[in-house]
Amino acid sequence: MSRSAGVEKILARPTVGAVLSGGWRAERPVVDASKCKLCGVCWLFCPDAAVEVSEAGVVIDYDFCKGCGICARECPFKAITMVSER
Amino acid sequence: MAHRVFPREEYLLKGHVACPGCGAAVMLRHVLKALGPNTYLVIPACCTSVIAGPHPRSAFRVPVLHIAFAASAAAASGMIEALEKLGKPANVVVWAGDGGTVDIGLQALSGAAERGHNIIYICYDNEAYMNTGIQKSGSTPHGAWTTTTPSGNPGFKKDLPGIMVSHRVPYVATLSPAYPNDTFAKLRKAASMRGGLKYLHALTPCPPGWRYDPSLTIELSRLAVETGMWVLYEVENGVFRLTGPSRALLEKGKRKPVAEYLKLQGRFRHLSPEDVERIQRMVDENWERIAEMLKEGGEHSSEQG
Ligand SMILES: Cc1ncc(C[n+]2csc(CCOP(=O)(O)OP(=O)(O)O)c2C)c(N)n1
Ligand code: SF4
Ligand code: SF4
Ligand code: SF4
Repeated sequence: MSRSAGVEKILARPTVGAVLSGGWRAERPVVDASKCKLCGVCWLFCPDAAVEVSEAGVVIDYDFCKGCGICARECPFKAITMVSER
Repeated sequence: MAHRVFPREEYLLKGHVACPGCGAAVMLRHVLKALGPNTYLVIPACCTSVIAGPHPRSAFRVPVLHIAFAASAAAASGMIEALEKLGKPANVVVWAGDGGTVDIGLQALSGAAERGHNIIYICYDNEAYMNTGIQKSGSTPHGAWTTTTPSGNPGFKKDLPGIMVSHRVPYVATLSPAYPNDTFAKLRKAASMRGGLKYLHALTPCPPGWRYDPSLTIELSRLAVETGMWVLYEVENGVFRLTGPSRALLEKGKRKPVAEYLKLQGRFRHLSPEDVERIQRMVDENWERIAEMLKEGGEHSSEQG
C-alpha cells in the first residue's frame, strides 16, 4: 500500500538545523585545549547537542550553540570560558 | 569518558528551539539516547511541541505524534495496540509536561494505567505551564512565584509518582538530568518490562520560568537531589528503592539545607526565613516517611523470608 500524497505532504522530516539557533547567543564557549582532558562532560550536558568530542579535541558547533554556559560551568577541569559576542 | 559510556547517536538534533539551558531538552536527549531509534513519541501541547522547530522540519529523529492535551495516554494506548497487531514491537513513549500530566492529562493516564497498556509515560516537570507563560500547575511547589501566583503558591505540589504507585503499575521512577547513569538504568529497565504502564517523572529546571541563569540548569538539578527536595527512587512491582545519590541521604545530616537550592532561583526570592524553614520541615517530614516505608518494606521482606 502506498502512502497518499496528502500524508506525505503533511509529515515533518528529521532535520539537522531546524533553525540556526547559534544566532541567539550572547556569549560563546571557548575551549582551552591545554586544559581539556576529553572527559566528555560538556558533551553529556549540552542541551543542544552542539558539542563533539574526539581524540582530536572538543569542537563546538557555533551554528547551533545557544551560549547557555552549562558546558563551562560543568567542565571538571575549567577548560571552557564564556566570551562575550559583542 | 562520558562520550564512550553513553550512546553517541543523537535523536534530539541540533537546531531545535528550546530556550538556552533548557533542562527538559537535556533530559529528552538522555531519554532518547537510552531508548534508541525504535521509539515513537506521543507529545501533547507543551514546550516540546514547539522544540521540534518549524514544520516541515523536525528536530526529532524518531516519529512524533502531536496530540491534543487531554488525550496523550489514550493515543499512546491505541498506538501500542496497533503496533503489536502489526507485529512491530517498539517503545511507545508519552513525553508530556507537568500541566499536561498532573492536571489535564490525568484521567487518560489513569485509564491507560488501569487497562495496563504496555507504554512508557514520562512527565518532564518544569513545575508550571511554561509554554504559555509560567502559569501555576498542580505540580508547582509550595511558595513558588508564577504569573498566576504573584505572591507565591499557597498550595502544595501534587505527588503524581505516588498517585501512579497507587495504580499498581509495574514500574514508577523519578529522573534528573544531572544523573544520566540513573536515567539510563531506569529507562532500559522500563523498556524491558512488559505487561503494564511504566511511569517516569523527571524534575527539569527551566531558566525563564524559575528565574535563574541558564548555566545553572545541571547545578540546580543536582542541588534538588542533594537537598532532598527531589528524591531519586524506583518502585518496581510495588517495592520501593532509593537510587543513585539519594541512597545516601536518609540521614538529615547528609542532606544540604534546602536554602542552597531555593536561593539560586528568582521564583523563591520573596520567601521569608520562616517560609524557608517551613519548606525545610516539609522536606524532612517526607524523608521520615521514606524511612518508615523502607523499614516496613524491610520487615515485610524478612517476614517472607
Ligand atoms: C486544550 C488546550 N488548552 C490549552 C492549550 C494552550 N497550551 C499550549 S501549551 C500549554 C502549557 C503546557 O504546560 P505543561 O504541560 O506544563 O508543559 P510546558 O509548557 O511547561 O512544557 C497550554 C496551556 C492547548 N494547546 N490546548
Ligand atoms: S568537560 Fe572540559 S575537560 Fe571534559 S571534554 Fe569538555 S572541555 Fe574537555
Ligand atoms: S554553551 Fe550551552 S549550547 Fe553552547 S555548547 Fe555549551 S552547553 Fe552547549
Ligand atoms: S520555557 Fe522552560 S521548559 Fe520551555 S523550552 Fe524554555 S527552558 Fe525549556
